[in-house]
Amino acid sequence: MIPAAFDYVRAGSAEEAISLVGQHGEDAKFLAGGHSLLPLMKLRLAQPSVLIDIGRVSDLSYIRDAGDHVAIGALTRHMDVENSDLLKQHVPLLAHATSHVGDPQVRHRGTIGGSIAHADPASDLPATTLALGATYVAQGPNGTREIAAGDFYQGFLTSSLAPDELLTEIRVPKMNGAGWNFQKFNRRAMDWAIVGVAAWRNNGDSGVALVNMASTPVLATSVSSALASGASIAEAAEQAAADADPQADLNASVEYRVHLAKVLTRRALEAASS
Amino acid sequence: MTVTQEPTRVIGQRLLRREDPALLTGEAKFTNDLPVTGALHLAVLRSPYAHARITSVDVSGALAVPGVRAAYSGADLSDQWGGPMPCAWPVTDDMKNPAHYPLATSKACYAGDGVACVLADSAIAARDALEAITVQYEPLEPVLDLEDALSDRVVIHDDLGTNTSYTWNLLVEDHDGAVDEAFAAAAHTVSERYIQQRLIPMAMEPRAVLAMPQPFGGDMTLYSTTQIPHILKVMVALTLGIPEHQMRVIAPSVGGGFGSKLNVYAEELLCVALARKHGVPVRWNEDRSENAMATIHGRGQVQRIELAADADGKLTAIRVRLIGDMGAYLQLVTPGIPLLGAFLYAGVYDLPKAYDFSCTSVFTTMTPTDAYRGAGRPEATFAIERAMDSLAAKIGVDPLELRRRNFIAVEKYPYEAYSGLVYDSGNHDGAATKAAEMLGYDELRARQGTQNANGSNKRLGIGVTSYFEMCGLAPSRVLASLNYSAGGWEAATVRVLPTSKVQVVTGSAPHGQGHETAWSMIVADKMGISPDDVDVLHSDTAIAPLGLDTYGSRSLPVGGVAIAMACDKVIDKAKQIAAHQLEASADDLEYAGGEFSVRGSPDKTMPLAAIAFEAFTAHNLPDGLEPNLEAQVTYDPPNFSWPFGTHMCAVEVDTETGQVDVLKYVAVDDCGVQVNPLIVDGQVHGGVVQGIGQALFEEAVYDTDGNLKTSTLAEYLVPAASDVPPIATGHTVTPSPTNQLGVKGIGEAGTIGAASTIINAVVDALSGLGVHDVPMPASPHNVWTAINAARANASGNNTIANNNNIGGSQ
Repeated sequence: MIPAAFDYVRAGSAEEAISLVGQHGEDAKFLAGGHSLLPLMKLRLAQPSVLIDIGRVSDLSYIRDAGDHVAIGALTRHMDVENSDLLKQHVPLLAHATSHVGDPQVRHRGTIGGSIAHADPASDLPATTLALGATYVAQGPNGTREIAAGDFYQGFLTSSLAPDELLTEIRVPKMNGAGWNFQKFNRRAMDWAIVGVAAWRNNGDSGVALVNMASTPVLATSVSSALASGASIAEAAEQAAADADPQADLNASVEYRVHLAKVLTRRALEAASS
Repeated sequence: MTVTQEPTRVIGQRLLRREDPALLTGEAKFTNDLPVTGALHLAVLRSPYAHARITSVDVSGALAVPGVRAAYSGADLSDQWGGPMPCAWPVTDDMKNPAHYPLATSKACYAGDGVACVLADSAIAARDALEAITVQYEPLEPVLDLEDALSDRVVIHDDLGTNTSYTWNLLVEDHDGAVDEAFAAAAHTVSERYIQQRLIPMAMEPRAVLAMPQPFGGDMTLYSTTQIPHILKVMVALTLGIPEHQMRVIAPSVGGGFGSKLNVYAEELLCVALARKHGVPVRWNEDRSENAMATIHGRGQVQRIELAADADGKLTAIRVRLIGDMGAYLQLVTPGIPLLGAFLYAGVYDLPKAYDFSCTSVFTTMTPTDAYRGAGRPEATFAIERAMDSLAAKIGVDPLELRRRNFIAVEKYPYEAYSGLVYDSGNHDGAATKAAEMLGYDELRARQGTQNANGSNKRLGIGVTSYFEMCGLAPSRVLASLNYSAGGWEAATVRVLPTSKVQVVTGSAPHGQGHETAWSMIVADKMGISPDDVDVLHSDTAIAPLGLDTYGSRSLPVGGVAIAMACDKVIDKAKQIAAHQLEASADDLEYAGGEFSVRGSPDKTMPLAAIAFEAFTAHNLPDGLEPNLEAQVTYDPPNFSWPFGTHMCAVEVDTETGQVDVLKYVAVDDCGVQVNPLIVDGQVHGGVVQGIGQALFEEAVYDTDGNLKTSTLAEYLVPAASDVPPIATGHTVTPSPTNQLGVKGIGEAGTIGAASTIINAVVDALSGLGVHDVPMPASPHNVWTAINAARANASGNNTIANNNNIGGSQ
């Protein structure tokens, strides 16, 4: 429960953070809210040689109306996302899903960018933003680039961010009145989901993404295709695990996870359609 | 002129706990908070193997780490121990007890067994240095299944030649063969098998130790987060060959124990031995994962219970066969835990002399087990209360009705049970009736009929448990009959200071119970003074030299009663002084409201304050009376204390996901007279949550190699506030006839009642689907699996249905 020795530097801006990571190389890690990285370090599952603290880069904490989407600064705390009137109006699924992250202490410290950059398939926000078709903005030494959520998640705790890139913004399309639902199935309120489902539906369109059903968050395209081709919700939900590759752990076998994904997808779509 | 008014009783008031301001503001000092300059920090290297021969240990790498002062293998320290670590409960004369030393030398017997240690200037340096120690292991097969352990396929302790530690029997028959005859003649029988999964106590404060050699002369002070400073003092003295009068043990604020700090641990002995060896303070504290694997576990039993009943469902005989999981070694009271339950497998029921109990306990390559809240009694209560539901289902009567047919009737109290134990008091129907009213039992049964009949995916279930706690450990002679190595008395001193403030010294060592508040209330009530004028001293063997500490819900019915008795002795002495001063006969004096008065002469009075000062100056005391006003009592209780009650709950089970939602939980507990009902409610709340933890959330899971997979609070699911239902507490009050306060224990009642209440409700919800049992924890996955097995069974697929061992094996 004591991390290995590491050095600590604080960045005052995104540019400085990127410059610092350039100096310190691949063993450096950005520290935002610390609620994913520090537990791994305490268990010595992560042993970065340098932590670059970006927690005080205050100009990366914002929620702005950007026309067809809402732009969220990467260092925006979960509590601010959860309580944002702008998001509640235009992207209510994200505000709601964020209210299920961890517990109030975690939501006061943890950040949306930290959660997404950590790329944990068991976290709520990677799958939720994936369902919503979000775009992430990364800043590196040579400027910024946009990454579609669908291209971002490469493997377990692995994203397409380069080591010297910093996630700076999350752009989430407005939902335009779509029905939505978030199902988080767990044993204790504070835990990661055993299986989670983020879903929205608007006329013929839909988006369904699964939490903790593979080494990355999973976009359940088979479900959306089935719905688009006229399948009932129950029929479409049977496709929930078609794009998934779940693992067994202490809480669930593979078979049980697949079953849960189907049940929860059906429930989410029923709620989103009512 | 004066209006006689009954003084307000202090006992029975819901006073806020005086302990809480310091605890809640972080001002309370725990062992790890004690500032000591020059202390060396101990870190222990633990075996990564569940079972392995240690072929070599090389600590030289650790010595090269900056800040490291010393590093030792187990063999290096073998000259430090006067004997192996103590087991105080050799339950049978031929019990097998492997020699267990603070560091293993030839073999590691569980993942977490200490094999080497480091002393360094900082805790971080000590931990980092562990990685530089090289240990060569020859891995052996782990032994993780109790029935496999019993087979001796792999023997863990070579010198014992077997994994079986002991077999202990309790056969009570009014004539030979009575049990067999009862089963042969029974109209109904059930035979059930239950698994009491291993639990990790997870006290909020992990263990911490600080050993401080005193200047010159060899005295040693040991600070430890322990429930048992007095027992620890004796055991450390014996194990390390330190004269007992040179050992002092202090338990500072202790952040919970639940039995896990009722022990003598390797690290306590290591800190003292190394402090003695190096002549400097040595301290150690464990991290959470270390706590999960190196502090004792609880439960761990395979239970077989068989009930025989007549046509009306009246019990005629009970047969119990246990296998107890001792873990790798016997800790302080490990072997006795199943025995504490041995007398409770008939629960609160009127059983003839036809009882056959046998427990065989085995070693496994897992963390040693020992006392965990309830210690044997939750297991026993679970078995009889689950089996009663099975019997009710078999006969086709309501589970509450079956219990009522079997309750020991209130007019039979005091009741001599089949075992010879005398239950002091009870009103089981009263508690059950109150619980049923609070739950709305009849309405819920009606709603259940409708809801479950319509094929809903949310099935309603109702659970009932009626229990006895059997606590207040214990009459010393009874403990002797169980081969326990100590008595069950408790000591108290009550001392009135010159300014009439009162000091209470108690041998019962609190770790969250609220002794300071409760003891001050007892003294205030007895002596007619304010609780604010009473100070309670405890948990330091130099201040409170006599005591047997805190466990088994004993503090109030033993320690608290001792204080009341000491108050009586103080008042008796004060009366002699008052009689002398008032020139009256002691027989004519009355004591009330903190004042003596002469019967018939209401103007002749003398307050306690004046008497205290007279006792102090000793200027004018009766001839032959010693100065000062204090009394000491050592109280050996004549009987256990027998709290009882009924718990009920309603659950809804989502049959698609297996999720259990506890809608309502009702606990009606009868602990006799309540000194402070606020503290009683707190004990019930905490106990019930721990019982719900066992029923729905918690399990120590090992992988097939014997590694603990649940070693953090992310995997070991202790329920949080948001995960437990509202708990409605109710009480009936049946005073204990065996002590002057009429009090009983309450610390373990919630845990004893809760697990079977929840599981009975879950099974009740699913019985219409053919589910007969659900393993603990009734996690969504386990419940879903049980539903699937029942459905497969209904469609004729017996191979799945018969696989009832689905807990924790994913």
